[in-house]
Amino acid sequence: MMDGSEMPQSSAPDRPRGLDRRLFLKVGLGAGGALMLAAGLGQAEGTGEVALSAYIRIRPDGSVTLQSKNPEIGQGIKTSLPMIIAEELDVDWARVSIEQAATDATRFGSQFAGGSLSTALNYDQMRKVGAAGRALLIAAAAVRWSVPVAECRTEPGVVIHSPSGRRLDYGTLVADAAKLPPPDLATVALKDPKAFRIIGKPHGGIDSARIVKGQPIFGIDTVVPGMVYAVFEKCPVFGGKVVSANLDEVRALKGVRGALIVRGGPALEGLLDGVAILADSWWTAHRARQTLKVVWDEGASATVSSEGLAATADALSRQPGTKVLRKDGDVDTALTGAARVLEAAYSYPFIAHAPLEPQNCTALMQDGKLVIHAPTQTPQAGRTLVAKTLGLPETDVIVHVTRCGGGFGRRLNNDYMVEAAAIARQSGLPVKLVWSREDDMRHDFYRPGAFHFLKGGIDAQGHLVAWRNHFVSFGQGDKFAPSAGMSGSETPARLVPHCLIEASLIPAGLPTGALRAPSSNGLSFVFQSFLDELAHAAGQDPLAFQLALMGEPRMIGTDFDTGRAIAVLKTVAKMADWGHPPVARPGQRTGKGLAFYFSHRGYFAEVVQASVAEGGEITVDKVWVAGDVGSQIVNPSMARNQVQGAVLDGLAQALGQEITFRNGRAEQSNFDGFPLLRMPQSCPVEVEFVLSDHPPTGLGEPALPPAPPALCNALFAATGHRVRRLPIDTAALKA
Amino acid sequence: MTFRLMINGKARTVDVDPDMPLLWVLRDTLDIKGPKFGCGAGLCGACTVHLDGQPVRSCQTPVSAVGKARVTTIEALDQTAVGRAVQQAWLDLDVMQCGYCQAGQMMSATALLTANPAPTDEDIDGAMAGNICRCATYNRIRAAIHQVAAAHRKG
Repeated sequence: MMDGSEMPQSSAPDRPRGLDRRLFLKVGLGAGGALMLAAGLGQAEGTGEVALSAYIRIRPDGSVTLQSKNPEIGQGIKTSLPMIIAEELDVDWARVSIEQAATDATRFGSQFAGGSLSTALNYDQMRKVGAAGRALLIAAAAVRWSVPVAECRTEPGVVIHSPSGRRLDYGTLVADAAKLPPPDLATVALKDPKAFRIIGKPHGGIDSARIVKGQPIFGIDTVVPGMVYAVFEKCPVFGGKVVSANLDEVRALKGVRGALIVRGGPALEGLLDGVAILADSWWTAHRARQTLKVVWDEGASATVSSEGLAATADALSRQPGTKVLRKDGDVDTALTGAARVLEAAYSYPFIAHAPLEPQNCTALMQDGKLVIHAPTQTPQAGRTLVAKTLGLPETDVIVHVTRCGGGFGRRLNNDYMVEAAAIARQSGLPVKLVWSREDDMRHDFYRPGAFHFLKGGIDAQGHLVAWRNHFVSFGQGDKFAPSAGMSGSETPARLVPHCLIEASLIPAGLPTGALRAPSSNGLSFVFQSFLDELAHAAGQDPLAFQLALMGEPRMIGTDFDTGRAIAVLKTVAKMADWGHPPVARPGQRTGKGLAFYFSHRGYFAEVVQASVAEGGEITVDKVWVAGDVGSQIVNPSMARNQVQGAVLDGLAQALGQEITFRNGRAEQSNFDGFPLLRMPQSCPVEVEFVLSDHPPTGLGEPALPPAPPALCNALFAATGHRVRRLPIDTAALKA
Repeated sequence: MTFRLMINGKARTVDVDPDMPLLWVLRDTLDIKGPKFGCGAGLCGACTVHLDGQPVRSCQTPVSAVGKARVTTIEALDQTAVGRAVQQAWLDLDVMQCGYCQAGQMMSATALLTANPAPTDEDIDGAMAGNICRCATYNRIRAAIHQVAAAHRKG
């Protein structure tokens, strides 16, 4: 049942509970990205808890509270970043509790969940935070015993004087330790990874015990005193304006506490015009929308349709691109001289994020400050957006981050946060805004679709010598819409001697944004499918063709290591018994497909085995995955889970997801029209990590991109039909 | 209208619109936040609760249709041995990613395992098809259900 302590209390100050900020030892990221320590001592009232740094508090009984700086969206970061601190601090994980850190750049540096960057940017920093704490505890013990620091070591939660065997628990040392000068984080001693006890061992999610009991830890569970529930009706055409609304009629409904027009601006990422309805339950507010009648000025986007965009793309494909993204060698001459030239047009659709927890935010004015509880991937950016939009100083906006019921990039945008803030201020009431699923799907920042017009040339020896891509995407002038661009270095660029990548942009006025593995999630389908076509055209096995393309192990530019690509390709080939035809499902056509992608610093190769029934129905039988994200998997349990989820997410996209537009409106509004993967469609996903001598990087995204093309390549192997448009049209796969 | 409901073994009286879905009576009127809102259309299963042990989508169940049925939410899952085994299996296998759908998943899994202590993969597909996991933790959900079944077989 409800336990008040589980809820983010509106009265909670923007600092660790019970701690005096003046007496705080700060460990954070300085302006230049360097760690800094500021002296000070904190002692919690009542608990006897002492702060060793912004991240670490220890009680006299030795129990430890760690702060987790970044939002938890299901990627497991709330567990894994503190694991890194606990490792170096050398404490027993069972004695660690974790708090979601306050939104405070001074103490915690940059706080966000995106780009698979949390591990890459914080692994070393969190180690140093933990190691600094351990160094302070050792120093305190050395003083107590009047022995050299070098004679002391630790075991979990204990400092030991090695020569004498004397022991002191951390809890008895922490008050002294907090008074000592902080160590230099640049030189603080780190553990030998071989001695790790926590990092690299599977650990369950830190909130899981609460989740299995249904405890209220998500944003949508937030309750603040005197709260009313809000819905917010926006124009179904993106960026449309309210002309008028029958507010009085809505206000007269039973249970409705208010109805108001909120005025927004032109930016799709910011506050948009709409009508807020406030009521004493969410359902009452939601049902009042049936009575609400709004006259909209639909604006310039009201004519946008998916058919129109496709026709424009087709017309643009006949003209040269307006923007050159890469030009190596002489692609036209190389294509003319090639032994074999393939030409193909590929496309993929707009798709929605659809995190299962609908967008929501609770906002209230309190003591002159605007207090926000939100599931967000970017609390700092959210605070800035709210402050700017409402004309408040940022110091008057406090953002408490709740656990997020999924992110996938959707909650990088804080449109729902600024809506809740505006409604709370305008109504003067504490407000919990909850979007319906229809709001979510009709007002997303969609993964933009795109069109690719490709030519590839193979020489007489079967080498890929020419690659030409006309990328027709979305944007204004020569500026790509958010997440609608691509870099000129996406594989196989840089591996093909004659390469031309040009782009044309369609101005569409549609809201777009980052979806898990942004740009890579669509590009991978096109490039890895076309490479498979080229392999077949060259009469080569797709694995051999990919390995030949990678060539010798070497660095390409500063970021891409062909050796790491080769290693994951070879590993997955072994796992999937590549080269041996699969056992077909009875009465079906079965094939295996291979794809590789490098994104978000991760190298992933995947093999999909899929079967196709006579009527074209697809069954994905199994997926094998080999991934290299560096030398260390922080939490193997979550890492595997994350990879399996990303792969199945990619398959779901390919199998059925598409947002289409008509009259400037998204046509899909719930899971009937926009299918997510379900249990019967899921399949075993076997995961192997290839450890390499590189710093650990993130896992939220890079496992996704190879999945759609590996599936499509498997379907080609099974049926001989090449999928060049997503989602897959099963009618084309009929026997 | 006043409704007398039996929720998680306790009698509760609510004064709400008869059309109000059970989900919102639970979440907003009674502050029982375990059942989750995901789609409002019976498509995702995040709101799954038991009525007399049968899994139902509470977002599609008007409060007036509950009658005398015993309502069980995730908060009371630990009141049965199967429910406790499901909770433990979910923890043992570290099923969760974001965790938002898992209350619904566990309610459906518990109903399945109560009715059928040794489900096949096909049984699992059938019983769990109505519960979407956006994070796609299906490999582990399936394994967790099998783990509960295996423990039951061992007795």
